[in-house]
Formats: sequence, structure tokens, C-alpha cells
Amino acid sequence: MYTEKVIEHFRAPHNMGKLEDYSAIGKVGNMVCGDVMWLYIKVEADDNGRDVIRDISWETFGCTAAIATSSMVSDLAKGKTLEEAIAITNQDVAGELGGLPPVKMHCSALAADALNEAIYEYMSQKEREIPEALVRRHERIAKEVAQLEKRYQSFLEQEPDTAAESAKTKPCS
Amino acid sequence: MSETIYLDNSATTPVAESVIDAMLPVFDNTYGNASSLHGAGRAAHVAIDAARAEIAERLAVAPHEIVFTAGATEADNLAVIGVALAAGEQGHIIASSVEHHAVLHSVAWLAKRGLDVTIIDVDQDGLVDPDQVQDAIREDTLLVSVMAGNNEIGTIQPIDRIGAICREQGVLFHTDAVQAFGKIDLPMETVDLLSISAHKFHGPKGVGFLFVRKGIRLTPILHGGGHESGLRSGTENVPGIVGLAAAARLAFEERPEVTARMRGFRERLIDEVLRIPGTRLNGHRSQSLPHIANFSFQGIEGESLIMRLDEHGIMASTGSACSSPNLEPSHVLVAIGVPLSMAHGSLRISTGRQTTEAEIEALLDVLPRVVEDLRAISPFKVGD
Repeated sequence: MYTEKVIEHFRAPHNMGKLEDYSAIGKVGNMVCGDVMWLYIKVEADDNGRDVIRDISWETFGCTAAIATSSMVSDLAKGKTLEEAIAITNQDVAGELGGLPPVKMHCSALAADALNEAIYEYMSQKEREIPEALVRRHERIAKEVAQLEKRYQSFLEQEPDTAAESAKTKPCS
Repeated sequence: MSETIYLDNSATTPVAESVIDAMLPVFDNTYGNASSLHGAGRAAHVAIDAARAEIAERLAVAPHEIVFTAGATEADNLAVIGVALAAGEQGHIIASSVEHHAVLHSVAWLAKRGLDVTIIDVDQDGLVDPDQVQDAIREDTLLVSVMAGNNEIGTIQPIDRIGAICREQGVLFHTDAVQAFGKIDLPMETVDLLSISAHKFHGPKGVGFLFVRKGIRLTPILHGGGHESGLRSGTENVPGIVGLAAAARLAFEERPEVTARMRGFRERLIDEVLRIPGTRLNGHRSQSLPHIANFSFQGIEGESLIMRLDEHGIMASTGSACSSPNLEPSHVLVAIGVPLSMAHGSLRISTGRQTTEAEIEALLDVLPRVVEDLRAISPFKVGD
């Protein structure tokens, strides 16, 4: 079902854990749906004054594919300029892993989305001009969250605490 | 202890050696078509009759009440759909919310075709309240279907009481006894239809049976040569049927010893696993099949847990949404009110006749480390 590359990243994930001195964080997914990914980035200017992702890490609640894609997206983005990192797509993540089962493709989207959201947050903080593609993806992610919550409304109503948690994407306490 | 530790015996079991020994000669020696008039056909017929008689005797029912099928999914479909078709696709059917999909999806299919359906909820342990069944029965109720023991959480249903209520009300009672067969006593006196699958008790895959109490009208769902008293057309799976009988023999003969061992494993698992912080037992603590223990771990996802255990050669299963083809969490865990976040982190451990104490101890050694490892990756910290 999973490629060897997926299993390799799942067994020994890269860049795992929380980054203490991060510049921005991208939080995507929904506890109710079973996948939550938090991606931390530390951004610094390089010698040419370009913003570069110096360090990256993640924390993920999810399946084998969610963990492997978290690991892969962190590998792909590490050391890249923000401009380069923005261009990383879910197809890139899945492709680098040698593909994912069709039912698990949304996990690669989650990983790319988490990166997108972290960069979006960073650029918003710094009041940079945000590329239109990034804004469009940010809007799509927000729309998808709303759709998911609608789809799982009956579950969420049963679980007001979880609903509140996922809406805020805050850790369970 | 073998290199791999198989603790997914509710999914399927390895075929026992005595079962293989019983089956092997059938493939080449008893190869005839049981419908043929010649010697080879008669020999196959004799083998099927012997298997049928043996199974019937163990359940204390009549041989002609055993209808061989290609497993329990077919038996469940034949029971539920067969009753509805025989009643002219009119009337009302009751099933519990924790039934196997073979029952629930059959019932849903009938609902689409216009039958009325009532799904009975269960309590937090997965138990059906017989009074609720009583209250749900209507004038036009055809059938009540409640499983004997749950395949995910192990909870044993009070089918003796539910069956008695159905009998009193003149309603047919079907029970899916796939997980319970050979593990607990089955109250056959008040059961009208009962589904069994051989591969759940160390028999071969692709064979099972439906017990159909004499006098019950069923419309077949497979049409052809009129095998199995016209209820299930198709050339009989002679090696499978012989294997089914051999597996039933083994299950009944070994039952006191094997189930006592399984109960001990279950107690040990519950005691030890619940020591891990942020853990819960899903299902009834005591009113449970001996071979199933289902847990949830806060903050981790079940598919990852299964894959991590698999790295250690330990095979178990989960009701996690991520592990299902439609990405829906287990309907059983949802029905017993397990919070979705915990339903994602469920682990089912199911033992078999071959399970050893050393295997259980090996699992108990690995599991806390794997849980801790996955929690270290997760953004949701237990005890924050």
C-alpha cells in the first residue's frame, strides 16, 4: 500500500518536534477528521537579503502518510527561499515519496498547506506584500476547513469541546 | 515465540493443522460434484452430509437447518434480505447500531427499497437494551437482527433475552454469531437465523453457514441449480465445508482451555494497557468475548500505531478513520460515544488459539514505547 520511501520517512521522520525559536507556524487539519499538522519555520535573511527558511520542524497527529508527508515537506522546504518554498506543491511532496495511495493524497495536500500557512503567517507578520498565489491558497484552505466542519457537523455537535478546539486549532488540554 | 506476533484474530485466523489435514484429501480424493449421481459425486455428498450433521449436532439443531454459504457476509445478506423478500419487501426490520456492515448495509439497501428500518442505539459499553427492542417491535416487524458478540469491541449482547422477546412477539430473530461461535454458549432455542464464518475460528476462508430454523420462509438471493434446499444455489465448496466442520470440532473440543487462556490474556492486557496515561478501554469490561480487547490512546492516530507495531512484527488493527477506505471512523466506536479524537486512536487486540503468554508480554513491552514515540510527534500532548 505504501511505498518504501513513505515507510522510511514514517520510521525515522526528519525535522520532527517543536521549534523553540520559530518565526511563524502553520496549523492545518482538524482533530475530528483525524489529521492535524503544525509546521514551524524559522526565517532569516541570507547574504543577498533574501528570506530563507533556515530551520523547519513539525508536529503531526495522523496516519503513516500524514507523518511521512510532514517529514518530506520539511526536507523540501529546508534551506529554500520563501519564493522557492511557496512553489512547493502537494504533487511535489507525494512525488518525492514515490506516490501515495489515492485515498491518502489529501495528506500530501495537508503538508503543502501547512507550509503555505506558515509562510502566509510569516509574511503577514512582517507586513510583506503577499503573492497572489499564496493568498489564493490561504483562502482555499480556509474554505476547505469550513466545508470539512460542515461535513462533520453532526460529529462536531456531539463534541462541542473538540469543535471549539479545532476551530481554534489549539492543543488539547 | 515466532518472529511475528499475530494479534488480529478477529479479522481472520490461521487455519489449524487438523483442519488442513481434514481438507487436503478432499481436494483430490473427494473432488466430485455433490450433485452428480456417480460414485465421485456421491462421495462428495457423503462428505457434505457428515459435515452438516456434525455442525448441527454441536449446535443441537437439525442438519437440514444448516445452509452452507460462502461466508458470513453472504449468510447475513441471505438472512436479512431473504426474510424481507419472502415478505414481499414490505414491513419493518430492527437492527442494532453496532452490527457488522454485512447486516447494516443489507438493512440500508432494503430501506432504500421502501422497507421501514429501526436502528437501536447501544449504551456506552456497546450493549443493546432488550426493552428498547421490545418497544421498537411493531405489528409489521419482520425481523430483529442483533449480533451475539461485537467484532470490534467484544461486547456480548443479551441475545437470549432479545430472542425470547422476539419469540413472544412472533418476530424472527437473527444473530450474527461470527465472533461468538466456539467462544460462548449460543441460546439456539430462541434464535431463528444465525450466521457463521469458518475463517474466524481457524477454518478456511470463503465458507460459512446460515442456520435457518425449520419452517422459516426465506427467498434465496443466489439462483441456479437449487443447492442447499434451494436456498443457496452453487456447487458446494466441499473442501471448505469439510474444513468448516473440522474447525468447529476443534473450537468446541478446545473451548474450555482456549477461552480460559484468552480471558487471562484479556485481563492482563486491560490491567497493563490502562496504566499508560490517556488510555481507555472500549467495550464492556466483563460482558465481553474472551478474545477481543479494544483500547483508545489520546493524542495519537490508530493507523500510525498499527504501522509502528508492525515494525516490531506485531499485527493488530484499528477503527481509525485513516485506516478505512472511506476515511470514516469505526461506526461501533462512534455508536458507543467514544469521542472522535479518541476513536482515531483505537487499537483492537484479538487473540487466537495459537496466542502465547510470551506474545502478550512482547506486545506489552513494545506498546508503551510506541505510544510514547507517536505522542512525541503529535501536537496534542497528553496531560497538558
